[in-house]
Amino acid sequence: MAVVSMLNVKPSPAASAPPVQISMRGVRKYFGSSGFVAVDGIDLDIPQGQFFVIVGPSGCGKTTLLRMLAGLESVSEGSMKLNRTDPSRPENSMIFQGDSLFPWMTVYDNAAYGLRMRRVAEKDVAESVKLWLERIGLYRFRDRYPNQLSGGMRQRVSIVRAFANDPEILLMDEPFSALDEQNKMLLHEELLRIWEATKKTVVFITHSVDEAVTLGDRIMIMTANPGREKAIIDVPFARPRNVLELRHDPAYGDLVFHIWEQLRDEVQRARMNAEGGK
Amino acid sequence: MARKSSLIGERFIGLLTPLLLLGLWEAAARMGLIDARFFPPPSSIVHTFGALVASGELWTNLVASLRRLFLGMLLGGVPALFLGLAMGISKPLRAAIDPLISATYPIPKSAILPLVLLIFGLGEMSKVVMVALGAFYPILINTVMGVANIDKIYLDVGHNYRASRWQVFRTIALPGALPSIMAGVKLAMGMGLILIAISEMVAASDGIGYMIWNAWQVLTVDTMYVGLLVIALLGFVFSVILDEIERMLIPWKAKA
Repeated sequence: MAVVSMLNVKPSPAASAPPVQISMRGVRKYFGSSGFVAVDGIDLDIPQGQFFVIVGPSGCGKTTLLRMLAGLESVSEGSMKLNRTDPSRPENSMIFQGDSLFPWMTVYDNAAYGLRMRRVAEKDVAESVKLWLERIGLYRFRDRYPNQLSGGMRQRVSIVRAFANDPEILLMDEPFSALDEQNKMLLHEELLRIWEATKKTVVFITHSVDEAVTLGDRIMIMTANPGREKAIIDVPFARPRNVLELRHDPAYGDLVFHIWEQLRDEVQRARMNAEGGK
Repeated sequence: MARKSSLIGERFIGLLTPLLLLGLWEAAARMGLIDARFFPPPSSIVHTFGALVASGELWTNLVASLRRLFLGMLLGGVPALFLGLAMGISKPLRAAIDPLISATYPIPKSAILPLVLLIFGLGEMSKVVMVALGAFYPILINTVMGVANIDKIYLDVGHNYRASRWQVFRTIALPGALPSIMAGVKLAMGMGLILIAISEMVAASDGIGYMIWNAWQVLTVDTMYVGLLVIALLGFVFSVILDEIERMLIPWKAKA
């Protein structure tokens, strides 16, 4: 399989390698008294501006890994370094799985949340929020409350909330898992479009191989129980990507198949563990 | 459109039932089917109502009760709100105070009336304190629950966006708990009405509760019914006002 390189070499000739943004060495996470190991010995370098996807079966610790990056969970062992390039900007913003918009705030106030918490001047907040809401086509819904929006629109607002905050790193925890297939595809397109305009470093968690290949520059496959790195795969497709045309590409099918082959054992193992545990 | 007209229809039916019952009552009292000394016909109650309004007696009693009710709600509600928010946020504080609340909450507030009279005397304060006691518990308990039950994901969002403690409180804890707090205020209002009636019956020389009790003592049964009617109306008006306040404070619950 020519398109897949197991070494961390990008197939496209990079002029000069961008600096490392996220660096992990021997990262472990175990929980309290049970001693349950969720994440075990992750070594990883993610360069600045890369769209990095972590794919694995449910319960493989990928969300835990992301929550450690977000600072919502402590690291039990090892080191996790986030190299800042611009200390005036926030380090990271997370797009959560499921509904995380505040129901008591309008679309506008939700989108402005990060900036307001940083006490950015209201004039600059207005400018940035307007820009991002317009980019994603929701500016005319700015006075609505989340319960007046569809699930897809809500998730677009939470994408805006993260982008408007202008962090160095975007963390996304299966942000589209609750959406139907058509909405998912539209949102993939929209996410790629606005991400390509900013080229922020992204760490994206998913259990969908299609989603990983569609969006990512590089994919880490994780094993289940405990979560370890199984393989790292480069995605060779050029950007900007057209989500629909991409699926026509035979190389796309090959890559999805290749990843599935590696993942299948893990999913089965996770299932056996879950059943054995009962 | 169809839904609107059926709503009007339902309201009409809802009005029809009490009117029908009043008509039956009037007829039965006039025909001597029921004892008019205990169940004076509605027309005579309305007449007495008019007389009590004209003499200013009803107004004086109403103002006295409303004043106690209002002051009592403030005296009980405001500390309950702040203590509840603090207990909702701080687990140690909740652990320290929860047993006290659980132990004292089941005591019927009316049973504390003699003690309150002993401590605060027969003046205004004892009545205000009774209402305050009634308002305190439902508002406190609902506020604690409202804050403690806020979905954890909202707190994660707050932490991820580096909100300070005060910002988390202002942007997440308080608005998130508001629906539950409002439910507590409504319960407190109902409790306050019960307690103001009881304490005025026992220890007051004005107020709606006093008016009802006095009517029993001098056997002006019509006045007794007027008192009951006024309390019922108060309950209705308060619930309309609180619903309106709720709509203003919690616009996101308004319509999906």
